[in-house]
Amino acid sequence: MIRLDNATKVYKRGARPALDSVSVEIERGDFVFLVGSSGSGKSTFLKLILREERPTGGDVYVAGRHLNKLSAWRVPHLRREIGAVFQDFRLLPNKTVYQNVAFALQVIGKSRHHIQSTVPEMLELVGLSGKEKRFPHELSGGEQQRVAIARAFVNHPPILLCDEPTGNLDPGTSVGIMRLLDRINRTGTTVLMATHDDEIVDQMRKRVIELRGGQLVRDQDRGVYGLERV
Amino acid sequence: MRLRFILGEVVNGLRRNGTMALSVVLVTFVSLMFVGAAALTQMQIDQLKDDWYGKVEISIFLCPESSRNEQCAEGPVTVAQEDAIRSVLEDGALKDLVQEVYYESREQAYDKFVANDEDGIWSSLTAEQMQPSFRVKLADPEQYQVVADATEGLPGVDVVRDQREIFSELFRFLNAATVVAAALAAVMLLAAMLLITTTIRLSALSRRRETQIMRMVGSSRSLIQMPFMLEGAVAATGGALLAVAGLFFGVRYMIDDWLRSSVTWVQYIGTQDVWSVAPWLLVIAVGLAAIASLVTLGRYTRA
Repeated sequence: MIRLDNATKVYKRGARPALDSVSVEIERGDFVFLVGSSGSGKSTFLKLILREERPTGGDVYVAGRHLNKLSAWRVPHLRREIGAVFQDFRLLPNKTVYQNVAFALQVIGKSRHHIQSTVPEMLELVGLSGKEKRFPHELSGGEQQRVAIARAFVNHPPILLCDEPTGNLDPGTSVGIMRLLDRINRTGTTVLMATHDDEIVDQMRKRVIELRGGQLVRDQDRGVYGLERV
Repeated sequence: MRLRFILGEVVNGLRRNGTMALSVVLVTFVSLMFVGAAALTQMQIDQLKDDWYGKVEISIFLCPESSRNEQCAEGPVTVAQEDAIRSVLEDGALKDLVQEVYYESREQAYDKFVANDEDGIWSSLTAEQMQPSFRVKLADPEQYQVVADATEGLPGVDVVRDQREIFSELFRFLNAATVVAAALAAVMLLAAMLLITTTIRLSALSRRRETQIMRMVGSSRSLIQMPFMLEGAVAATGGALLAVAGLFFGVRYMIDDWLRSSVTWVQYIGTQDVWSVAPWLLVIAVGLAAIASLVTLGRYTRA
Protein backbone atom coordinates (compact mmCIF):
# COMPACT_ATOMS: atom_id res chain seq x y z
CA MET A 1 0.00 0.00 0.00
CA ILE A 2 2.82 2.34 0.96
CA ARG A 3 6.42 1.68 0.01
CA LEU A 4 9.51 3.82 0.46
CA ASP A 5 12.68 2.71 -1.31
CA ASN A 6 15.75 4.51 0.03
CA ALA A 7 13.63 7.62 0.27
CA THR A 8 15.71 10.68 1.07
CA LYS A 9 14.59 14.24 1.56
CA VAL A 10 16.99 17.14 1.75
CA TYR A 11 15.21 20.47 2.18
CA LYS A 12 18.19 22.72 1.76
CA ARG A 13 21.22 21.90 -0.28
CA GLY A 14 24.03 20.87 2.01
CA ALA A 15 21.83 20.54 5.08
CA ARG A 16 21.41 17.31 7.02
CA PRO A 17 18.72 15.22 5.31
CA ALA A 18 15.33 15.28 7.03
CA LEU A 19 14.86 11.73 5.85
CA ASP A 20 17.91 9.60 5.11
CA SER A 21 17.40 6.66 2.71
CA VAL A 22 14.46 5.14 4.52
CA SER A 23 13.07 1.89 3.14
CA VAL A 24 9.80 0.65 4.53
CA GLU A 25 6.81 -1.26 3.26
CA ILE A 26 3.34 -1.03 4.75
CA GLU A 27 0.79 -3.59 3.59
CA ARG A 28 -2.91 -3.12 3.01
CA GLY A 29 -4.79 -3.29 6.30
CA ASP A 30 -1.73 -2.67 8.49
CA PHE A 31 -1.89 -0.52 11.61
CA VAL A 32 1.45 1.19 12.04
CA PHE A 33 2.75 3.65 14.63
CA LEU A 34 5.38 6.09 13.47
CA VAL A 35 7.37 7.23 16.48
CA GLY A 36 10.37 9.41 17.12
CA SER A 37 11.20 12.69 18.77
CA SER A 38 10.59 16.07 17.20
CA GLY A 39 12.78 16.59 14.16
CA SER A 40 13.24 12.86 13.64
CA GLY A 41 11.59 13.01 10.20
CA LYS A 42 8.06 11.90 11.03
CA SER A 43 6.43 14.91 9.38
CA THR A 44 8.60 14.58 6.29
CA PHE A 45 7.68 10.89 6.11
CA LEU A 46 3.98 11.80 6.09
CA LYS A 47 4.49 14.66 3.63
CA LEU A 48 6.20 12.35 1.16
CA ILE A 49 3.23 9.99 1.30
CA LEU A 50 0.77 12.86 0.81
CA ARG A 51 2.97 14.16 -2.01
CA GLU A 52 3.25 17.50 -0.26
CA GLU A 53 6.95 17.06 -0.83
CA ARG A 54 8.88 15.09 -3.42
CA PRO A 55 11.79 12.91 -2.37
CA THR A 56 15.22 14.18 -3.34
CA GLY A 57 16.38 10.59 -3.61
CA GLY A 58 14.83 7.13 -3.73
CA ASP A 59 11.26 6.22 -4.62
CA VAL A 60 7.87 6.52 -2.98
CA TYR A 61 4.90 4.33 -3.94
CA VAL A 62 1.42 4.92 -2.53
CA ALA A 63 -1.78 3.10 -3.47
CA GLY A 64 -0.17 1.76 -6.63
CA ARG A 65 1.22 5.09 -7.75
CA HIS A 66 4.84 5.98 -8.20
CA LEU A 67 4.81 9.41 -6.58
CA ASN A 68 8.12 10.52 -8.06
CA LYS A 69 6.49 10.42 -11.47
CA LEU A 70 3.04 11.63 -10.45
CA SER A 71 2.15 14.80 -12.33
CA ALA A 72 0.76 17.73 -10.36
CA TRP A 73 -2.74 17.45 -11.76
CA ARG A 74 -2.98 13.79 -10.65
CA VAL A 75 -2.14 14.68 -7.05
CA PRO A 76 -5.77 15.36 -6.05
CA HIS A 77 -6.64 11.81 -7.10
CA LEU A 78 -3.90 10.48 -4.85
CA ARG A 79 -5.21 12.53 -1.95
CA ARG A 80 -8.68 11.05 -2.37
CA GLU A 81 -7.13 7.70 -1.49
CA ILE A 82 -5.64 9.06 1.71
CA GLY A 83 -7.62 10.36 4.66
CA ALA A 84 -5.68 12.71 6.92
CA VAL A 85 -6.22 13.55 10.58
CA PHE A 86 -4.22 16.16 12.49
CA GLN A 87 -3.48 17.14 16.03
CA ASP A 88 -5.28 20.47 15.63
CA PHE A 89 -8.44 18.90 14.09
CA ARG A 90 -8.58 21.51 11.30
CA LEU A 91 -12.34 21.89 11.30
CA LEU A 92 -14.13 24.82 9.72
CA PRO A 93 -15.44 26.88 12.64
CA ASN A 94 -18.34 28.40 10.73
CA LYS A 95 -19.72 25.06 9.56
CA THR A 96 -21.70 22.55 11.56
CA VAL A 97 -20.54 19.01 12.25
CA TYR A 98 -22.62 17.76 9.34
CA GLN A 99 -21.37 20.50 7.01
CA ASN A 100 -17.76 19.88 7.97
CA VAL A 101 -18.00 16.25 6.96
CA ALA A 102 -20.11 17.01 3.89
CA PHE A 103 -17.56 19.60 2.78
CA ALA A 104 -15.01 16.86 2.05
CA LEU A 105 -17.46 15.21 -0.33
CA GLN A 106 -18.72 18.43 -1.88
CA VAL A 107 -15.30 19.57 -2.94
CA ILE A 108 -14.54 16.34 -4.75
CA GLY A 109 -17.78 16.65 -6.66
CA LYS A 110 -19.98 14.02 -5.01
CA SER A 111 -23.71 14.28 -5.62
CA ARG A 112 -26.04 15.72 -3.03
CA HIS A 113 -27.82 12.41 -2.85
CA HIS A 114 -24.59 10.57 -2.09
CA ILE A 115 -23.67 13.13 0.57
CA GLN A 116 -27.05 12.92 2.25
CA SER A 117 -26.80 9.18 2.59
CA THR A 118 -23.11 8.89 3.48
CA VAL A 119 -22.56 11.64 6.05
CA PRO A 120 -25.09 10.42 8.65
CA GLU A 121 -23.64 6.91 8.37
CA MET A 122 -20.19 8.24 9.01
CA LEU A 123 -21.31 10.36 11.96
CA GLU A 124 -22.89 7.28 13.45
CA LEU A 125 -19.67 5.31 12.98
CA VAL A 126 -17.68 7.92 14.93
CA GLY A 127 -20.40 8.18 17.58
CA LEU A 128 -21.69 11.66 16.88
CA SER A 129 -25.28 10.91 15.89
CA GLY A 130 -27.52 13.63 17.21
CA LYS A 131 -24.81 16.28 17.14
CA GLU A 132 -25.01 17.05 13.42
CA LYS A 133 -26.06 20.63 13.94
CA ARG A 134 -23.47 21.54 16.53
CA PHE A 135 -20.61 23.86 15.67
CA PRO A 136 -17.03 22.82 16.46
CA HIS A 137 -16.77 25.24 19.39
CA GLU A 138 -19.74 23.51 21.00
CA LEU A 139 -17.91 20.19 21.06
CA SER A 140 -15.24 18.72 23.32
CA GLY A 141 -11.77 18.08 21.93
CA GLY A 142 -12.44 14.39 21.55
CA GLU A 143 -15.66 15.07 19.71
CA GLN A 144 -13.93 17.52 17.42
CA GLN A 145 -11.33 14.91 16.58
CA ARG A 146 -14.13 12.46 15.82
CA VAL A 147 -15.56 14.95 13.36
CA ALA A 148 -12.12 15.25 11.78
CA ILE A 149 -11.86 11.46 11.53
CA ALA A 150 -15.34 11.28 10.02
CA ARG A 151 -14.29 13.83 7.45
CA ALA A 152 -11.07 11.98 6.65
CA PHE A 153 -12.85 8.65 6.31
CA VAL A 154 -16.15 9.68 4.73
CA ASN A 155 -14.87 8.91 1.24
CA HIS A 156 -13.64 5.48 2.45
CA PRO A 157 -10.01 5.96 1.49
CA PRO A 158 -7.81 2.85 1.70
CA ILE A 159 -5.23 4.76 3.75
CA LEU A 160 -5.70 6.87 6.87
CA LEU A 161 -2.79 9.09 7.96
CA CYS A 162 -2.95 10.44 11.48
CA ASP A 163 -0.49 13.06 12.66
CA GLU A 164 -0.57 13.10 16.47
CA PRO A 165 -4.34 12.65 16.57
CA THR A 166 -4.34 12.39 20.37
CA GLY A 167 -1.77 15.12 20.95
CA ASN A 168 -4.34 17.61 22.22
CA LEU A 169 -6.51 15.15 24.13
CA ASP A 170 -6.50 13.79 27.64
CA PRO A 171 -5.70 10.08 28.13
CA GLY A 172 -9.29 9.00 28.63
CA THR A 173 -10.47 10.69 25.47
CA SER A 174 -7.45 9.38 23.60
CA VAL A 175 -8.46 5.82 24.33
CA GLY A 176 -11.82 6.46 22.68
CA ILE A 177 -10.14 7.90 19.60
CA MET A 178 -7.79 4.89 19.43
CA ARG A 179 -10.76 2.52 19.61
CA LEU A 180 -12.30 4.38 16.71
CA LEU A 181 -9.09 4.18 14.66
CA ASP A 182 -8.85 0.48 15.49
CA ARG A 183 -12.41 -0.02 14.28
CA ILE A 184 -11.60 1.76 11.04
CA ASN A 185 -8.48 -0.38 10.65
CA ARG A 186 -10.60 -3.49 11.00
CA THR A 187 -12.59 -2.49 7.91
CA GLY A 188 -9.39 -3.08 5.95
CA THR A 189 -8.10 0.46 6.00
CA THR A 190 -4.38 0.95 6.35
CA VAL A 191 -3.73 3.26 9.31
CA LEU A 192 -0.43 5.07 9.75
CA MET A 193 -0.25 7.12 12.92
CA ALA A 194 2.59 9.40 13.95
CA THR A 195 2.58 9.86 17.71
CA HIS A 196 4.44 10.79 20.87
CA ASP A 197 1.95 9.02 23.08
CA ASP A 198 3.90 6.12 24.58
CA GLU A 199 0.99 4.79 26.63
CA ILE A 200 -1.13 4.32 23.56
CA VAL A 201 1.64 2.66 21.59
CA ASP A 202 2.40 0.33 24.45
CA GLN A 203 -1.25 -0.55 24.91
CA MET A 204 -2.13 -1.20 21.31
CA ARG A 205 0.82 -3.47 20.55
CA LYS A 206 0.88 -2.76 16.84
CA ARG A 207 3.74 -2.47 14.40
CA VAL A 208 6.10 0.36 15.34
CA ILE A 209 8.42 2.26 13.00
CA GLU A 210 10.90 4.51 14.74
CA LEU A 211 12.81 7.32 13.12
CA ARG A 212 15.81 9.06 14.64
CA GLY A 213 17.65 11.87 12.88
CA GLY A 214 15.91 10.98 9.64
CA GLN A 215 16.99 7.35 9.74
CA LEU A 216 14.90 4.27 10.28
CA VAL A 217 16.17 2.77 13.53
CA ARG A 218 13.43 0.25 14.28
CA ASP A 219 10.64 -1.59 12.51
CA GLN A 220 9.02 -3.98 14.93
CA ASP A 221 5.80 -5.98 14.92
CA ARG A 222 3.67 -5.69 18.05
CA GLY A 223 6.14 -3.15 19.39
CA VAL A 224 6.16 -0.62 22.18
CA TYR A 225 7.06 3.06 22.23
CA GLY A 226 10.65 2.98 23.46
CA LEU A 227 12.85 -0.10 23.53
CA GLU A 228 14.66 1.12 26.60
CA ARG A 229 11.49 0.76 28.59
CA VAL A 230 10.76 -2.84 27.71
CA MET B 1 -23.01 20.37 -6.79
CA ARG B 2 -19.71 21.89 -7.79
CA LEU B 3 -21.32 24.86 -9.48
CA ARG B 4 -23.44 25.56 -6.44
CA PHE B 5 -20.41 25.18 -4.23
CA ILE B 6 -18.34 27.57 -6.34
CA LEU B 7 -21.09 30.17 -6.51
CA GLY B 8 -21.65 29.91 -2.78
CA GLU B 9 -17.95 30.46 -2.14
CA VAL B 10 -17.89 33.45 -4.48
CA VAL B 11 -20.82 35.08 -2.70
CA ASN B 12 -19.24 34.37 0.68
CA GLY B 13 -15.91 35.76 -0.39
CA LEU B 14 -17.41 38.93 -1.80
CA ARG B 15 -19.41 39.44 1.35
CA ARG B 16 -16.43 38.85 3.61
CA ASN B 17 -14.21 41.22 1.66
CA GLY B 18 -17.00 43.66 0.91
CA THR B 19 -15.00 46.86 1.02
CA MET B 20 -12.17 45.45 -1.07
CA ALA B 21 -14.63 44.14 -3.63
CA LEU B 22 -16.32 47.52 -3.74
CA SER B 23 -13.03 49.30 -4.33
CA VAL B 24 -12.26 46.91 -7.18
CA VAL B 25 -15.66 47.67 -8.66
CA LEU B 26 -15.11 51.42 -8.41
CA VAL B 27 -11.57 51.47 -9.73
CA THR B 28 -12.45 49.27 -12.71
CA PHE B 29 -15.51 51.42 -13.23
CA VAL B 30 -13.49 54.62 -13.49
CA SER B 31 -10.65 53.12 -15.53
CA LEU B 32 -12.94 51.44 -18.04
CA MET B 33 -14.93 54.65 -18.25
CA PHE B 34 -11.76 56.35 -19.49
CA VAL B 35 -11.04 53.50 -21.88
CA GLY B 36 -14.57 53.73 -23.21
CA ALA B 37 -14.42 57.52 -23.49
CA ALA B 38 -11.19 57.28 -25.48
CA ALA B 39 -12.74 54.69 -27.79
CA LEU B 40 -15.88 56.75 -28.27
CA THR B 41 -13.84 59.87 -29.02
CA GLN B 42 -11.99 57.99 -31.73
CA MET B 43 -15.26 56.73 -33.11
CA GLN B 44 -16.55 60.29 -33.16
CA ILE B 45 -13.44 61.42 -35.04
CA ASP B 46 -13.85 58.65 -37.60
CA GLN B 47 -17.46 59.54 -38.02
CA LEU B 48 -16.67 63.22 -38.53
CA LYS B 49 -13.97 62.36 -41.03
CA ASP B 50 -16.27 60.10 -43.00
CA ASP B 51 -18.97 62.67 -42.89
CA TRP B 52 -16.99 65.79 -43.62
CA TYR B 53 -14.22 64.55 -45.86
CA GLY B 54 -16.87 63.12 -48.14
CA LYS B 55 -18.51 66.49 -48.36
CA VAL B 56 -15.53 68.82 -48.42
CA GLU B 57 -14.34 70.22 -51.66
CA ILE B 58 -11.32 72.00 -52.87
CA SER B 59 -12.24 75.54 -53.73
CA ILE B 60 -10.20 77.13 -56.50
CA PHE B 61 -10.93 80.80 -56.17
CA LEU B 62 -10.46 82.71 -59.39
CA CYS B 63 -9.17 86.23 -59.69
CA PRO B 64 -11.76 88.88 -58.80
CA GLU B 65 -11.96 92.51 -59.86
CA SER B 66 -9.40 93.60 -57.38
CA SER B 67 -7.01 91.32 -55.61
CA ARG B 68 -3.90 91.90 -53.60
CA ASN B 69 -2.56 88.67 -54.96
CA GLU B 70 0.27 89.18 -57.46
CA GLN B 71 -1.08 86.47 -59.65
CA CYS B 72 -4.19 88.47 -60.26
CA ALA B 73 -2.37 91.65 -61.25
CA GLU B 74 -3.64 91.30 -64.79
CA GLY B 75 -7.22 91.75 -63.68
CA PRO B 76 -10.16 89.42 -63.25
CA VAL B 77 -10.14 85.94 -64.68
CA THR B 78 -11.05 85.66 -68.35
CA VAL B 79 -13.29 83.07 -69.92
CA ALA B 80 -10.32 81.57 -71.78
CA GLN B 81 -8.44 81.16 -68.49
CA GLU B 82 -11.47 79.54 -66.91
CA ASP B 83 -11.71 77.04 -69.76
CA ALA B 84 -7.99 76.29 -69.45
CA ILE B 85 -8.34 75.59 -65.72
CA ARG B 86 -11.39 73.43 -66.28
CA SER B 87 -9.58 71.37 -68.89
CA VAL B 88 -6.65 70.84 -66.52
CA LEU B 89 -9.10 69.49 -63.94
CA GLU B 90 -11.24 67.40 -66.22
CA ASP B 91 -8.97 66.17 -68.97
CA GLY B 92 -5.38 66.25 -67.80
CA ALA B 93 -3.43 64.03 -65.44
CA LEU B 94 -5.84 64.97 -62.67
CA LYS B 95 -8.77 63.33 -64.41
CA ASP B 96 -8.74 60.23 -62.19
CA LEU B 97 -8.45 62.16 -58.96
CA VAL B 98 -11.31 64.50 -59.65
CA GLN B 99 -14.82 63.28 -59.18
CA GLU B 100 -16.79 66.35 -60.02
CA VAL B 101 -16.12 69.96 -61.00
CA TYR B 102 -18.71 72.58 -60.29
CA TYR B 103 -18.40 76.17 -61.36
CA GLU B 104 -19.75 78.85 -59.08
CA SER B 105 -20.16 82.19 -60.88
CA ARG B 106 -20.00 85.61 -59.25
CA GLU B 107 -23.77 85.84 -59.26
CA GLN B 108 -24.23 82.44 -57.67
CA ALA B 109 -21.66 83.29 -55.02
CA TYR B 110 -23.45 86.56 -54.39
CA ASP B 111 -26.87 84.92 -54.09
CA LYS B 112 -25.50 82.39 -51.64
CA PHE B 113 -23.84 85.10 -49.68
CA VAL B 114 -26.95 87.24 -49.47
CA ALA B 115 -29.05 84.28 -48.45
CA ASN B 116 -26.75 83.66 -45.49
CA ASP B 117 -26.58 87.31 -44.55
CA GLU B 118 -29.79 87.50 -42.56
CA ASP B 119 -28.94 90.73 -40.80
CA GLY B 120 -28.17 92.62 -43.99
CA ILE B 121 -24.79 93.79 -42.78
CA TRP B 122 -23.15 93.12 -46.14
CA SER B 123 -25.99 94.46 -48.27
CA SER B 124 -23.73 97.07 -49.84
CA LEU B 125 -21.75 94.40 -51.65
CA THR B 126 -22.43 93.78 -55.32
CA ALA B 127 -22.10 90.69 -57.42
CA GLU B 128 -19.07 92.20 -59.16
CA GLN B 129 -17.12 92.19 -55.94
CA MET B 130 -17.59 88.44 -55.48
CA GLN B 131 -15.12 85.85 -56.60
CA PRO B 132 -16.00 83.10 -59.02
CA SER B 133 -14.65 79.66 -58.13
CA PHE B 134 -14.35 76.06 -59.14
CA ARG B 135 -15.58 73.65 -56.51
CA VAL B 136 -13.79 70.38 -56.99
CA LYS B 137 -14.92 67.19 -55.41
CA LEU B 138 -12.13 64.66 -55.17
CA ALA B 139 -12.43 60.94 -55.71
CA ASP B 140 -9.97 60.53 -52.82
CA PRO B 141 -9.93 63.48 -50.40
CA GLU B 142 -6.42 62.51 -49.25
CA GLN B 143 -5.04 63.52 -52.68
CA TYR B 144 -5.69 67.14 -51.97
CA GLN B 145 -2.09 68.27 -52.30
CA VAL B 146 -1.67 66.90 -55.83
CA VAL B 147 -4.64 68.81 -57.12
CA ALA B 148 -3.67 71.96 -55.27
CA ASP B 149 -0.13 71.89 -56.68
CA ALA B 150 -1.40 71.39 -60.21
CA THR B 151 -3.87 74.24 -60.13
CA GLU B 152 -2.13 76.78 -57.95
CA GLY B 153 -0.21 79.20 -60.17
CA LEU B 154 -2.32 78.65 -63.26
CA PRO B 155 -3.19 81.98 -64.83
CA GLY B 156 -6.42 83.35 -63.36
CA VAL B 157 -6.21 81.33 -60.13
CA ASP B 158 -6.22 83.42 -57.00
CA VAL B 159 -5.98 80.90 -54.15
CA VAL B 160 -6.71 77.20 -53.64
CA ARG B 161 -8.36 76.25 -50.38
CA ASP B 162 -9.01 72.87 -48.87
CA GLN B 163 -11.93 72.93 -46.52
CA ARG B 164 -10.29 70.22 -44.45
CA GLU B 165 -8.01 72.82 -42.95
CA ILE B 166 -10.97 74.08 -41.00
CA PHE B 167 -11.35 70.75 -39.21
CA SER B 168 -7.74 69.89 -38.58
CA GLU B 169 -7.61 71.92 -35.37
CA LEU B 170 -10.70 70.20 -34.04
CA PHE B 171 -9.29 66.79 -34.87
CA ARG B 172 -6.03 67.70 -33.23
CA PHE B 173 -7.92 68.61 -30.07
CA LEU B 174 -9.98 65.43 -30.13
CA ASN B 175 -6.88 63.31 -30.70
CA ALA B 176 -5.14 64.97 -27.78
CA ALA B 177 -8.21 64.30 -25.64
CA THR B 178 -8.04 60.66 -26.68
CA VAL B 179 -4.40 60.42 -25.67
CA VAL B 180 -5.12 61.97 -22.27
CA ALA B 181 -8.05 59.63 -21.68
CA ALA B 182 -6.01 56.62 -22.77
CA ALA B 183 -3.11 57.56 -20.50
CA LEU B 184 -5.40 58.00 -17.51
CA ALA B 185 -7.06 54.72 -18.42
CA ALA B 186 -3.70 52.96 -18.47
CA VAL B 187 -2.77 54.21 -15.00
CA MET B 188 -6.20 53.37 -13.63
CA LEU B 189 -6.14 49.92 -15.20
CA LEU B 190 -2.81 49.23 -13.52
CA ALA B 191 -4.30 50.36 -10.21
CA ALA B 192 -7.30 48.14 -10.83
CA MET B 193 -5.10 45.14 -11.49
CA LEU B 194 -3.05 45.69 -8.36
CA LEU B 195 -6.23 46.05 -6.34
CA ILE B 196 -7.66 42.87 -7.77
CA THR B 197 -4.40 41.13 -6.92
CA THR B 198 -4.61 42.35 -3.34
CA THR B 199 -8.25 41.39 -3.06
CA ILE B 200 -7.61 37.88 -4.27
CA ARG B 201 -4.66 37.57 -1.93
CA LEU B 202 -6.67 38.72 1.07
CA SER B 203 -9.50 36.45 0.14
CA ALA B 204 -7.15 33.49 -0.27
CA LEU B 205 -5.50 34.20 3.08
CA SER B 206 -8.79 34.55 4.91
CA ARG B 207 -9.92 31.25 3.48
CA ARG B 208 -6.67 29.40 3.94
CA ARG B 209 -8.27 26.89 6.24
CA GLU B 210 -10.84 25.93 3.64
CA THR B 211 -8.32 25.66 0.83
CA GLN B 212 -6.01 23.64 3.02
CA ILE B 213 -8.77 21.15 3.74
CA MET B 214 -9.76 21.08 0.10
CA ARG B 215 -6.22 20.19 -0.90
CA MET B 216 -6.09 17.58 1.82
CA VAL B 217 -9.24 15.77 0.74
CA GLY B 218 -8.18 15.88 -2.89
CA SER B 219 -10.27 18.49 -4.57
CA SER B 220 -8.89 19.62 -7.87
CA ARG B 221 -6.73 22.67 -8.19
CA SER B 222 -9.22 24.34 -10.50
CA LEU B 223 -12.02 23.91 -7.97
CA ILE B 224 -9.84 25.42 -5.26
CA GLN B 225 -8.86 28.41 -7.36
CA MET B 226 -12.08 28.99 -9.25
CA PRO B 227 -13.94 30.86 -6.49
CA PHE B 228 -11.09 33.35 -6.09
CA MET B 229 -10.79 33.89 -9.81
CA LEU B 230 -14.52 34.38 -10.12
CA GLU B 231 -14.52 36.77 -7.20
CA GLY B 232 -12.06 39.04 -9.00
CA ALA B 233 -13.88 38.56 -12.28
CA VAL B 234 -17.29 39.33 -10.77
CA ALA B 235 -16.03 42.51 -9.12
CA ALA B 236 -14.26 43.62 -12.30
CA THR B 237 -17.31 42.83 -14.40
CA GLY B 238 -19.40 44.87 -12.01
CA GLY B 239 -17.06 47.77 -12.65
CA ALA B 240 -17.31 47.22 -16.41
CA LEU B 241 -21.10 47.24 -16.28
CA LEU B 242 -21.05 50.48 -14.32
CA ALA B 243 -18.66 51.95 -16.89
CA VAL B 244 -20.99 50.93 -19.72
CA ALA B 245 -23.90 52.49 -17.86
CA GLY B 246 -21.85 55.63 -17.26
CA LEU B 247 -20.94 55.92 -20.94
CA PHE B 248 -24.51 55.21 -21.96
CA PHE B 249 -25.94 57.99 -19.84
CA GLY B 250 -23.05 60.26 -20.71
CA VAL B 251 -23.78 59.90 -24.42
CA ARG B 252 -27.48 60.14 -23.78
CA TYR B 253 -27.40 63.36 -21.80
CA MET B 254 -24.32 65.05 -23.26
CA ILE B 255 -24.85 64.25 -26.91
CA ASP B 256 -28.43 63.18 -27.49
CA ASP B 257 -30.10 65.68 -25.22
CA TRP B 258 -27.70 68.59 -25.40
CA LEU B 259 -25.18 68.77 -28.24
CA ARG B 260 -27.46 67.31 -30.86
CA SER B 261 -29.93 70.13 -30.39
CA SER B 262 -27.48 72.97 -29.79
CA VAL B 263 -24.73 72.18 -32.31
CA THR B 264 -26.69 70.75 -35.16
CA TRP B 265 -24.22 70.63 -38.03
CA VAL B 266 -22.27 67.68 -36.62
CA GLN B 267 -23.01 63.99 -37.04
CA TYR B 268 -22.72 62.55 -33.54
CA ILE B 269 -22.05 59.11 -32.24
CA GLY B 270 -25.02 57.66 -30.42
CA THR B 271 -25.88 55.19 -27.71
CA GLN B 272 -25.62 52.36 -30.24
CA ASP B 273 -21.88 53.08 -30.37
CA VAL B 274 -21.70 52.56 -26.61
CA TRP B 275 -23.09 49.07 -27.19
CA SER B 276 -20.34 48.33 -29.66
CA VAL B 277 -17.70 49.40 -27.11
CA ALA B 278 -19.36 47.57 -24.20
CA PRO B 279 -18.22 44.01 -25.05
CA TRP B 280 -14.62 45.18 -25.22
CA LEU B 281 -14.86 46.78 -21.82
CA LEU B 282 -16.15 43.50 -20.42
CA VAL B 283 -13.34 41.61 -22.13
CA ILE B 284 -10.78 44.00 -20.63
CA ALA B 285 -12.32 43.63 -17.16
CA VAL B 286 -12.29 39.84 -17.28
CA GLY B 287 -8.81 39.85 -18.77
CA LEU B 288 -7.54 42.05 -15.96
CA ALA B 289 -9.02 39.74 -13.37
CA ALA B 290 -7.55 36.72 -15.13
CA ILE B 291 -4.06 38.19 -15.20
CA ALA B 292 -4.32 39.22 -11.55
CA SER B 293 -5.48 35.70 -10.63
CA LEU B 294 -2.65 34.03 -12.49
CA VAL B 295 -0.10 36.27 -10.80
CA THR B 296 -1.53 35.67 -7.34
CA LEU B 297 -3.12 32.27 -7.06
CA GLY B 298 -0.17 30.09 -7.89
CA ARG B 299 1.45 31.28 -4.69
CA TYR B 300 -1.51 31.24 -2.33
CA THR B 301 -3.31 28.04 -3.22
CA ARG B 302 -0.50 25.66 -3.91
CA ALA B 303 -1.57 22.17 -4.92
